[in-house]
Amino acid sequence: MIVYGVALLSVCLILGMVIGEALGVALSVEANVGGVGIAMLFLVFASNSKQFKSLTQGAAGSGIQFWSAMYIPIVVAMAAQQDVAGAMDGGLLALMAGVAAVVVSFALVPVLSKLGGNSDPTEDTEEQGAV
Amino acid sequence: MEILETVFIRNNLIVAFAVVGVTIWFSYFLADKLTQGRIHGSAIAIALGLVAAYFGGTATGGNSGLADVTLLGGIGLMGGGMMRDFAIVSTAFGVHLSELKKAGIAGVVSIFAGVIVSFIVGAAIAVMFGYTDPAAITTIGAGAVTYIVGPVTGEAIGASNEVITLSVAAGLVKSILVMIGTPLVAKYIGLNNPQSAMVYGGLMGTTSGVAAGLAATDPKLVPYGAMTATFYTGVGCLLGPSILYFVVSGIF
Repeated sequence: MIVYGVALLSVCLILGMVIGEALGVALSVEANVGGVGIAMLFLVFASNSKQFKSLTQGAAGSGIQFWSAMYIPIVVAMAAQQDVAGAMDGGLLALMAGVAAVVVSFALVPVLSKLGGNSDPTEDTEEQGAV
Repeated sequence: MEILETVFIRNNLIVAFAVVGVTIWFSYFLADKLTQGRIHGSAIAIALGLVAAYFGGTATGGNSGLADVTLLGGIGLMGGGMMRDFAIVSTAFGVHLSELKKAGIAGVVSIFAGVIVSFIVGAAIAVMFGYTDPAAITTIGAGAVTYIVGPVTGEAIGASNEVITLSVAAGLVKSILVMIGTPLVAKYIGLNNPQSAMVYGGLMGTTSGVAAGLAATDPKLVPYGAMTATFYTGVGCLLGPSILYFVVSGIF
């Protein structure tokens, strides 16, 4: 049943969000701390474990894969509702602060990646998931 | 006309599916014909989305881009936080734990390094522009972290509304630039494997920026980058109004 996979995905998201929200309260931070990341870990555990096989394989799995394939369309819709006009109105200070933060962060990617040890490029980067 | 309007508004999410679908078809067509596939179709689609958001925002005066256009309100639901997070989590399906473990420590380090570095850069630029009030410098620095950390920090330490607005704008610039810039620089920063994607997510931190940037670079990397990026805003909200503010107050 396709809905089993969708339900598993939903339960992972809700559990992750609740934990992220609770972490925020515990740290007295006005934000959800890593809720989505924690939800992703739950899904990784579920899809790697035997107990959840019936919820992640066959039709149930395609319920999860559907949403994974909808990822890019959803991101396009997300881009279409960004406050681009607001970003432009911020003036030179906002522009420079944003640009400089991105440039410096990009530059640090190769530096910190070395901490992770050996790195192999993902095989076959063509044509994946979306559309 | 009125009939059409009623149907569009009543079925706004479905309209969004159709509009986004056509946009993506058109983008892949352009990517294929104009660039011979050198630029990813999804990168073009995201760029078109941002352009449309700009015109939507200027036409309506709202702050949700195209989603403020009445007939296209469904874009707001389709691309809103709920659907975005749901789709991001679904990309973790099939990820191997071993890949996550390999970059675990580098990923955690990158989150803290990313928040602190972006903050320092943003704060330094605020100082260059003549700000001397620690609350204002901290808030603008926090805005360079993400557009959520900026206002959260600003409100906590009592910055002026004008400064808070600036911090949101700085965060928006960052998020948009990450969306557009990632596919362009990916090759030069070694962004082609799960480990560097986790480091990248931790350093950039803007969930929207990382989500779109990786989608336009290589969708296989999305779960790794998104995993670390989602902790970034929380860490930023934790450090901004506390340690980072104390340090700035100590200097100015």
